[in-house]
Amino acid sequence: MENNTVLETIGLSKYFYDPVKFQVLKEISMRVNHGEFVSIVGKSGCGKSTLLYLLSTMDTDYEGQILIHNELVTGKTDKELALIRNEKIGFVFQFHYLLAEYNVLKNVMLPGMKLAKYSDKELEHRAMEHLKTLDMQDQALKMPNQLSGGQKQRVAIAHALINDPLIIMGDEPTGNLDKRNSDLVFDIFNKLTQEQNQTLLVVTHDTDFAERTNRIITMEDGKIIS
Amino acid sequence: MLLSIGDIIKITTTKGNLASLKIVGISEIGIAEIDNVMSYTSLATAQKILGEPTNYITDIQLNLYDMTAAPVVAKEFQDTFNLDTIDYQTANSQFETGSTVRSIISYSVGVVLLIVAGFGIYNILNMMIYEKMDSIAILKATGFSGNDVKWIFVSLSIIIGLAGGLFGLLFGYIFSSIIDVIPFETSSLPTVKTYPINYNAIYYVIGIVFALFTTTIAGLFPALKASKVDPVEIIRGK
Repeated sequence: MENNTVLETIGLSKYFYDPVKFQVLKEISMRVNHGEFVSIVGKSGCGKSTLLYLLSTMDTDYEGQILIHNELVTGKTDKELALIRNEKIGFVFQFHYLLAEYNVLKNVMLPGMKLAKYSDKELEHRAMEHLKTLDMQDQALKMPNQLSGGQKQRVAIAHALINDPLIIMGDEPTGNLDKRNSDLVFDIFNKLTQEQNQTLLVVTHDTDFAERTNRIITMEDGKIIS
Repeated sequence: MLLSIGDIIKITTTKGNLASLKIVGISEIGIAEIDNVMSYTSLATAQKILGEPTNYITDIQLNLYDMTAAPVVAKEFQDTFNLDTIDYQTANSQFETGSTVRSIISYSVGVVLLIVAGFGIYNILNMMIYEKMDSIAILKATGFSGNDVKWIFVSLSIIIGLAGGLFGLLFGYIFSSIIDVIPFETSSLPTVKTYPINYNAIYYVIGIVFALFTTTIAGLFPALKASKVDPVEIIRGK
């Protein structure tokens, strides 16, 4: 039970101060277990994205506690948090955020080069493997601007997978894609959970997408309602 | 003067002694006013013409390997031999002042140019950071710390400085080589036929050091700004 928890929050609150003080998240306590495919849904402005940014350790201005792999991350320095993000969290955003200067393969390898756990050659091999499972091996040497939206999103997924993260976080990963590509991304996620027991946490307002996940967390006015 | 080697000239001393001397060589130090009035003869001849004994010497001029040591040596000789001594720097203080002022002027022009170039680099990097906001955000989201991002931009400006500095030195050298062969005729300096150029390596070292210094400083501020970019704001702002 203890080791099974990947992500846990205790009494998480967040305020926005501009233009007036406003409580976005109200005492959120939640838990994501290993191998779960969780989606967070809710109306726009309910705080679901804000919650994800807190969980991702990028936003550190909050009250309460966040534990990743039973390790308290609240109060850690910028450098320590960067290392945690590098090692344990993979991101897939609504927009692909690939570096235009590098080809697809280099983009996928980049977080791994930062972690420096594998040699460049090994890393290249691993990146190729990930691209292969996503059916993107042919595009490996193309530049990001030569790819379609769905392809870019698949590259972003490979990018998120390269360091074998504990959890993959998605912020509207299908928000910018058509139905066919959305299904494709969902299938990839689903395959990852089933075959590799990958933990996934996805914020979405695509109800079709959410309904097919293991667990749905519904948020309203900064609170989890189910 | 209408003189050539082999001519005999008659000279008169201030005491009225007359002597005939043969010209065996023409010396030119390059400054006409001095060349027109100065001639050399051996010590013994000079003493004979003046009618003085062989221990009569008015001035001894010493040439040092290190010009800057002159004041110290002058002081030492004064104390040891009980003589009046004057060092090069004091004797030529007017000339020294002139060249100091000239180097101050050229250095100030150089520094001002570098400051202008530094602002240029600062502006380019500043714009680049706005352009690369998304990339900075994703780098930060995937585990690059603020320090890493800072180093990316600082090293970028160092590369600009190094490349620009080396090109500058190369072009500087090429231009000085060209200027070096341009004829420069002046009656006051008969030995100088082309523009005088100093190829001392120290000026090249000063050049590259200044170039690196300005570019690094100019890159530091945009880099600090980039390191403080909040990825959440960028990602949320989309």
